[in-house]
Amino acid sequence: MKKYNTPLIDDLEKGPWPSFVTEMKKAAKNNEMANDALGHLEKCYSTKVGYWKHGGIVGVLGYGGGVIGRYSELGEEFPGVAHFHTVRLNQPSGFFYTSKALKEICDIWDKYGSGLTNMHGSTGDVVLLGCRTESLEAVFAEYSSRGWDLGSSGSALRTPSCCVGPARCEWANYDTLGLNYALTQEFQDEMHRPSFSYKFKFKLSGCACDCVASLARSDMSIIGTWKGNIVIDQAEVKNYAKNGMDINAEIVNMCPTQCISYDGKEMKIDNAECNRCMHCIAKMTKALKPSGEKGATICIGSKAPIVVGSLLSWVIVPFIKLEPPYTELKDLIRKIWDWWDENAKPRERIGEVIEMKGMRSFLEYIGVPPMPQQIKEPRKDPFMFYTEDDIASFKTKEAEEKKTGKYKF
Amino acid sequence: MALPQRKTDIGPPNFEQFLPPVIKKNYGKWKYHEVLTPGTMVHVAESGDKLWTVRVASPRLIATDTIREHCDIAEKYCDGHLRYTTRNNVEFLVSDESKLEPLKKDLTARGFKMGGIGYGISNIVHTQGWVHCHSAATDASGLVKSMMDELYEYFESKRLPNKLRLAVACCVNMCGAVHCSDIAIVAVHTKIPTIAHANFKNMCELPTVIGSCPTRAISPDTAQKSVKINPEKCMFCGNCFTVCPPMSIKDPERDGIAIVVGGKVSTLRTNPKFSKLVIPYISNEPPRWPKVVAAVKHIVEVYAANARKHERVGEWIERVGWERFFSLTGIDFTFHSIDDFTFMRDTLRTSPAFKW
Repeated sequence: MKKYNTPLIDDLEKGPWPSFVTEMKKAAKNNEMANDALGHLEKCYSTKVGYWKHGGIVGVLGYGGGVIGRYSELGEEFPGVAHFHTVRLNQPSGFFYTSKALKEICDIWDKYGSGLTNMHGSTGDVVLLGCRTESLEAVFAEYSSRGWDLGSSGSALRTPSCCVGPARCEWANYDTLGLNYALTQEFQDEMHRPSFSYKFKFKLSGCACDCVASLARSDMSIIGTWKGNIVIDQAEVKNYAKNGMDINAEIVNMCPTQCISYDGKEMKIDNAECNRCMHCIAKMTKALKPSGEKGATICIGSKAPIVVGSLLSWVIVPFIKLEPPYTELKDLIRKIWDWWDENAKPRERIGEVIEMKGMRSFLEYIGVPPMPQQIKEPRKDPFMFYTEDDIASFKTKEAEEKKTGKYKF
Repeated sequence: MALPQRKTDIGPPNFEQFLPPVIKKNYGKWKYHEVLTPGTMVHVAESGDKLWTVRVASPRLIATDTIREHCDIAEKYCDGHLRYTTRNNVEFLVSDESKLEPLKKDLTARGFKMGGIGYGISNIVHTQGWVHCHSAATDASGLVKSMMDELYEYFESKRLPNKLRLAVACCVNMCGAVHCSDIAIVAVHTKIPTIAHANFKNMCELPTVIGSCPTRAISPDTAQKSVKINPEKCMFCGNCFTVCPPMSIKDPERDGIAIVVGGKVSTLRTNPKFSKLVIPYISNEPPRWPKVVAAVKHIVEVYAANARKHERVGEWIERVGWERFFSLTGIDFTFHSIDDFTFMRDTLRTSPAFKW
């Protein structure tokens, strides 16, 4: 095996943080592809440019995604990275594994690929870095026969992912892992055969702490919430105070709706005025607990800045109950995709299409009524659409008022 | 040897088969958790059962042998159960308290680093960079390594007013969606694409290329059967390159790094926020990016010295004002921080109430 001189990236083996260069060298010991990837990376560090070409169309039979083609411009100099495709393996919900399953993944990857991985890619998949075109079918046969499927890529439903949820968190308002699995299974075709205008992502968080950053980076953000009161354990409140928490400064004064009071003995919450931000619960988890109806808020449209600016997801359904078989949510998703499909230009994310066509057009199509929970504030300008139906309904309301003698605004 | 029979559209394995018994038993019935050290926490169920988690740093780009080592450790102390986090750490799940200290000792002996829980700095979410991406303007893994080496004490022991989330994107595509982080590094291009006109007609679709430009800087060049770019309108987003490979935008001496701060995704106390641009350009300096690292560390230290308990970076800045952020950090304020694109209306000041 060729030995590369890599002084620049060798420097990245020093220091306390675990080194990706050490990892690459570990794989390079018995793997020609990983070895050439090292030499290739050193070259990038010395010239300050990358040498990967745009992806090519590669994949496995019957799928339009799950493999990202990657070729180097320097294939002759570094033959091991001439083909260096990425295989995305769909991760289990919550990234839970047994050692047996993980070792199986490793053994197959060592047999066909570079031995390099990302645990995990940003979207959530197990990312297997570096494989030749002719190995792809074998890789897929080995994994799929053992119960592992490919994730997604391209203009498709991207691999859904979720927070750790009820598996290990007291704040989960719905079964994020269960719903994540159910949606992934339901929409296999939409994941593996790209037929959308552009990518579409689901991210599932069990509460407003949003540990998977769903509000910032998913076309549909499903964020757990509840409708009942926060139950207070006053004895635990006392313990927090005893252990040094300044409850007035840290909790009462930091409550965004100022709905908490504390007189040094007892904590009170005006639950009707709570906006369920999670601050007090997260800081006093032994003392405070949500109760009552649990479910989620559905938000839509977030994305990174390319190309006319980043978006955070907008609230469309303030509250939905989420229980198997999740029929209401699945129906809503299909309606949302229908509208997107009808209205999008190529490479337009759903948030961008809603900006172009208007939230009203979108909400009417999917059958969601207007609610103040959907907005930060009402519109400021007086230029709006009045349909014939809008006017007719205003007139009907006024006719009713004339009969009853009572205004209804 | 014949390959096994392939199966399509089976989806991922059901996660339930991978859950440790203590999780299966207490699924959805956790009562509370406590952070014991920056590397360990314990979750307590309504049943009284306890689950200890030991969080370990990972560079995300890992060799199969390292995953096998994770597995060996999990087999020794966790009945073979482990998980990874959304920020790419490894978590060992211990249901037998007597195994907790031996596990930690073993991890230390093997050189694994524990930390990242609670009010400090956890692993940096990042993109592929030169390791594996065609549009990378820098290397993400190298930046992460350089920054975490310098900020390591905040991972392992030192505490901050709240958690501080860092992220790196190696181009403005930001495929890691870093735009709502406390501090994020974004690699930028600063020169208009060079067009290999001879390849254009074979590799690119004219309407798609023209449509890809957010500032309408691209128009047809009929003589060359290609396109031309109006340099006064191009703001170097690289979206044309994404749809048309002959429009190369990379430039080793001019590509650089920008720093954005003050984003968050949770709703705790205040609404989610985007990160905002404070440093428009630092030269791309592999392998250690010393100026980028120094800038990030400086911002972390000014935040640590000035924020109130529980305030995230963006909350602290909103309380004191952006003008105070610039004066406290000593960062030069430039035209680049004034939005002249889609967020101008939302971001210009409309009141004479401000500080000096």
